[in-house]
Amino acid sequence: MQWFDALVQGVLLGGMYAQYALGMALMFGVMKIVNVSHGDLVILLSLVGISLSSSFGLGPFTVMVALVPLALGLGWLLQKAILNKVVGEDPLPSLIATFGLSLALQNLMLQIWSANSRSLPGGGIESKSIQIGGIYIGLLPVIVLVFAVALTWGLDLMLKRSRFGRALRAAAADVEAAAMTGINPRRVYASATAIAVGILGFAAVFQSLRSTVAPADGGAQLIYAFEAVIIGGMGSVWGAFIGSMVLGVTQALGFRIDPGFGVLAGHLVFLLVLATRPQGLFGKA
Amino acid sequence: MSGPILSTHGLIARYGDFQALYGIDFEIAAGEAVALIGANGAGKSTFLRAVMGLLPVAPDMVRMEGSNIGGTATDRMVQMGVAIVPEGRRLFAGMSVEDNLRVAIDQAERLGRKGGWSLPRLHDLFPILKEKARTPVQSLSGGQQQMVSIGRALLCQPRLLLCDEISLGLAPKVIREIYAALPEVRAQGTSVILVEQDVGLAKQASDRLYCLLEGRVTLTGRSIEVTRDAISQAYFGGSHAVV
Repeated sequence: MQWFDALVQGVLLGGMYAQYALGMALMFGVMKIVNVSHGDLVILLSLVGISLSSSFGLGPFTVMVALVPLALGLGWLLQKAILNKVVGEDPLPSLIATFGLSLALQNLMLQIWSANSRSLPGGGIESKSIQIGGIYIGLLPVIVLVFAVALTWGLDLMLKRSRFGRALRAAAADVEAAAMTGINPRRVYASATAIAVGILGFAAVFQSLRSTVAPADGGAQLIYAFEAVIIGGMGSVWGAFIGSMVLGVTQALGFRIDPGFGVLAGHLVFLLVLATRPQGLFGKA
Repeated sequence: MSGPILSTHGLIARYGDFQALYGIDFEIAAGEAVALIGANGAGKSTFLRAVMGLLPVAPDMVRMEGSNIGGTATDRMVQMGVAIVPEGRRLFAGMSVEDNLRVAIDQAERLGRKGGWSLPRLHDLFPILKEKARTPVQSLSGGQQQMVSIGRALLCQPRLLLCDEISLGLAPKVIREIYAALPEVRAQGTSVILVEQDVGLAKQASDRLYCLLEGRVTLTGRSIEVTRDAISQAYFGGSHAVV
């Protein structure tokens, strides 16, 4: 029962990781842009959300309604102002540019919010739970998982079926050939990054409801998102979702073995996948 | 015939320090097919890339129906009715045949371009594309890939189609199949610029031809009138000949 409980908690944790990983799956997996500031953007959005909540007394879902459009705008600006100038065959320039952005964001956040940990008051939903057959399941983690599934489903459908999704996949495959069919690659990329960061708007609300956030916390989110995308396989949105589940479950099982072993267990599984199936579980060889 | 749909005037293009085109004067009328022949490195592909906005050129070096359009972004060129079948086909790897074609249909819709090409009509022209609709493009044969590339360009509903070595590396039978599609393209009123290594094929498929040598035009004339001798002169060097 103890292990089954760990499995359930792991899947729920995976729901949170999936929300970090989806934007990464789009940017790193599809567009091949390495955004090192991914985690810092989650933290920035979380802190903005917390400030909105405390200044205007907004509930968590009202904060979400405000935060997601803000995140979309932030992503669009990130691509227009920085990433469109450095995208190309070589992934190094985008890595360096966003590494710089990551440092700048962390220091900006320290300046504004100080190094203290904060969280978003959830009006009680963060502590509600349901008991099913001897297992306590938190209401909030279930909501997180439901959102994660819905976002994954929506993103996957958009990529596969919509005009925008086809244009993005075309631009990712061959930017010049995409332009030859009338696509404006910069505009498509700006919209894609807007969506990638927009999803972080959801992640930010849930992250700051579940636990506390502080300006230096972005690194962990970045690593988990990277690991989930690589475990799942580059270019596959559901792969990133499954990768998040693998990571969440491994960590939860690891925590049961030893509280200090959880995070390490996740990294070990990541290394194992990288060593035995480098294209990822759902990647094409 | 009316004025040229597209013309170049002293077109110069370079790759960094290397100058590839030294002042090309060129024109093509509406509905005309013009072949561009020349040895490897003569600047044929560079010429198409420069026209298509894939290389920086000065605005007054390329004119379309009287307006200066040199250096216009490639996606804007498509919007104005110019499409290209690029060298090496440049299909979207990882996407199916149908999705590759749908990208062009999507953009033509977005850009408000109307024309006679549709998926069913393309399937009539190249039936294999219907059969292979769900196949990822990278698992097609070279000839089939070329058909997708041509189809993708046609679905941009061009008034002017640029074809860059569409016969390269293909079997003679497949080349005939692909060139058999050209009359139907032209029947649409579409002008065609053909870059072709095979001089016989180029003469046959075009109204006029230009021969390039080291970035300069060395021969121009009506395809049925230029002689083999004049072409080999222009192809390999010697004095500029006009027939």
